[in-house]
Amino acid sequence: MTDYFDLSRRRFLRTTAVAGAAVFAVPLLGRRAVPGAIASEAAAADSEARLFVALQPDGTVEITCHRSEMGQHARTAVAQIVADELEADWDRITIAQALGDKRYGDQNTDGSRSIRFNLERLRLVGATVRRMLRDAAAERWGVEPGSCRAEQHRVYHDASGRSLDYGELVEAVAGREPPTDVTPKDRKDWRYIGKGKAIVDMQDIVSGRATFAADVRLPGTLVAMIARPPVVLADVASVDDSAAREVPGVVDVIRMPSLTENPVDFNPLGGVAVLAEHTWAAQLGRDKLDISWTDSPNASYDSASFRGRLETACRESGDVHRSKGDVEAALAEAGDERRHSAEYYVPHLAQAPMEPPSATARFEDGVMEVWAATQNPQADQSLIAGLLDLPPEKVKVHVTLLGGAFGRKSKPDFSAEAAWLAYKSGRPVRVQWQREDDIRHGFFHTVSAQRLEAALDDGGRLTALRHRSTFPTINATFEAGAEVPGFETDLGLSDAPLAIPHIQAETGRAPAQVRTGWMRSVANIYHVFALQSFLAEMAHKAGRDHRDFLLEAIGPDRVIDFEAEGSKFDNYGADFDEYPFDTGRLKHVLRRATDMAGWGRELPARSGLGLAVHRSFLTYVATVVEVAVAEDGSLRIPGTWVAVDAGTVVNRDSVRNQMEGASVFSLSYALHSAITVKDGAVEQGNFDDYPVARMPEAPASISVEVVDSDAPPAGVGEPGTPPFAPALCNAIFAATGKRIRELPIGEQLRA
Amino acid sequence: MIEFTINGEAHSVEGDGTLPLLWYLRDVATLTGTKYGCGAGLCGACTVHLDGEAVRSCVTSVAAAEGKAVTTIEGLAENADHPVQQAWAKHQVPQCGYCQPGQIMQAAALLAKNPSPDTDAIDEAMAGNICRCGTYPRIKAALLDLAEPAS
Repeated sequence: MTDYFDLSRRRFLRTTAVAGAAVFAVPLLGRRAVPGAIASEAAAADSEARLFVALQPDGTVEITCHRSEMGQHARTAVAQIVADELEADWDRITIAQALGDKRYGDQNTDGSRSIRFNLERLRLVGATVRRMLRDAAAERWGVEPGSCRAEQHRVYHDASGRSLDYGELVEAVAGREPPTDVTPKDRKDWRYIGKGKAIVDMQDIVSGRATFAADVRLPGTLVAMIARPPVVLADVASVDDSAAREVPGVVDVIRMPSLTENPVDFNPLGGVAVLAEHTWAAQLGRDKLDISWTDSPNASYDSASFRGRLETACRESGDVHRSKGDVEAALAEAGDERRHSAEYYVPHLAQAPMEPPSATARFEDGVMEVWAATQNPQADQSLIAGLLDLPPEKVKVHVTLLGGAFGRKSKPDFSAEAAWLAYKSGRPVRVQWQREDDIRHGFFHTVSAQRLEAALDDGGRLTALRHRSTFPTINATFEAGAEVPGFETDLGLSDAPLAIPHIQAETGRAPAQVRTGWMRSVANIYHVFALQSFLAEMAHKAGRDHRDFLLEAIGPDRVIDFEAEGSKFDNYGADFDEYPFDTGRLKHVLRRATDMAGWGRELPARSGLGLAVHRSFLTYVATVVEVAVAEDGSLRIPGTWVAVDAGTVVNRDSVRNQMEGASVFSLSYALHSAITVKDGAVEQGNFDDYPVARMPEAPASISVEVVDSDAPPAGVGEPGTPPFAPALCNAIFAATGKRIRELPIGEQLRA
Repeated sequence: MIEFTINGEAHSVEGDGTLPLLWYLRDVATLTGTKYGCGAGLCGACTVHLDGEAVRSCVTSVAAAEGKAVTTIEGLAENADHPVQQAWAKHQVPQCGYCQPGQIMQAAALLAKNPSPDTDAIDEAMAGNICRCGTYPRIKAALLDLAEPAS
């Protein structure tokens, strides 16, 4: 096993580790600090960022991936970048998964940032190691380094016809000072970057050998299932565990740490754990616990009546996040003929990854070792260290493959549960969440109501828009009683790319009464559903083609100056110079998607095309959906067309895969999914009452065009999500004249 | 004593015959390729073959396997080179990969019965298998690719 350690900062290192490998600890410098709520912690951690490459004696290049793999193919992309610049033979690389360690810098795999944060740094890592190999070979041959070249795992000296395999240079390269004037390849010479490389985990996945969190097997492990309070902040009043203890295989019953005060943060919810020799016994035992729960301040929460409160807030003025011109006057002046308003509603949602949360923990010799399906192992590390009063360096977090995540697994409460139980029981413990636990005890996508009001001029052009949004903020998860949104306003509310004289964005205030957290594309889900649907409503009001109306409303090709637009939009923490909001790129994807779909073509009765376009996570995506609605209200989706401009892309096929998958993810909440809460408790529990999209409902085909671009890399995992649902609902309107303003669609078309 | 085979090997279970086959596979036989997704036969992640039929192992008791042959993803093909597995690689189907053993077992059972399924037959056979990553269009493309032209 290769052992990694570094001797001094910002130096390449060598080690004469047991295996005799040359190990490079490469500093990952050069990224500016990123302000903003989404990335604040990451920025602080990143100054010491580095990544390790190890060259094994047989020449195998081991690349350590410090980002979590949850289906977005991060492990493949990281390998593509490093191997390309290193001129490594693709068949002679292996991928190691990094432990949680702040020396890697930001490992928080969310916000669609893995490539954006790492492309340039990883290129430099690969290029630097390639240069060192070349220089080592030149020195051995006694020739000018410049007369040598590295290609596909060998260094060549063409003049003498000599060459050496990378494996023959392990000793020679170890200990060399790293050059500081390395230039990565010209992008036209990229061999792997930008291509649709097959994913590195393919064979493990299709053979069933891939290790997800619940597949970790340590000798002597107990499996735990936990009865958690049905209402957040309730506690165990009393418990009778006698029947549970009689279940064959049950070994122990352990109280979890209580959680009775806000903020909930990532803390475990509390409750009672049943530990058993295997999962089934743990489940049977858990079901036999007789627990009475204390009251909770959240017990009065009823999501049905809460809706009225959200809607009322949207009918009054709120906190202003963007203000340009005089919306009030423009709306008043327009009169009923040229003014329109509508209200939208999106319920709580659960991420519901196919792999429910799971983690295994072992406490031995003062070291807590955890294997978890986590998006952010450093968060697991600090949470567990705090919970058990251990120094962070005594908490080692291994990242397994994640069986989907969608934001759920950036909250490591389940890892802390496993660590607590391993600590208390003295045995390795695997915590297994049942699907019902996942649906009922999550960090839910928030519930939202919105009201939009707009005016047209005499020529049917959009002149004024007011967008009000009210939802419990994710801030409340981290700050007791928080009711004013933070970064959510940057996700589809304050960034409407409209060239109109009067525009205003506001939010109301609302308390969070369940745990609230990120879900794939976060607030873009509800903001873009409402805005892109409402703009189609305005096009209809104006009696105009939706595409033409939208292109005109977006206005001329330009870089939007949001400050001049009266907006506090923070551009996903990115520099506006590096990542300008370019309406030309936005309009381009809109044109491409509509052209691909044959916008304007004749369709059968009760069929329609709908479109939506949005820039999120710095990536421009336009989606067109074709729908056919039967007389009984059931619908089919014969086709979907997506055009995406994510700047420079590393794995073209993975980008397509993400656009396809994000569309289906969006389809789930458009058609079916809703979390409702009564007396503070979630009413759903499994895929029967929390349905998600299945194959027959999915688009028969999804065509994706990835726009060629040299622009800096932007996000890919999330931005395909927001446009699909409004595109679908706009298509339904085109097909039937029925406007969907509330998700899920559910039975609305059956009326 | 309940006896059955898993991937050709003899197994016997003493005691509780209501134990779901899924947990026997994962916790006793340590065949972790078969996944837990819902525990209620709603998602298909735990799909295995019982005498060639695709079943949900989370709602199939070990008693129901008595005298039968269980095939899991680990036993589908010796070198994990079953045509379905190869097609999954060719079409780059998996994203996270968690549901794919179940999808592959379901697809293999479909093709064993119907070597040339059309879109409707694929929809019908695969409707019980959820993929939250949304790989449905690729699964469908892979299966249409495998479908023998109807003679």
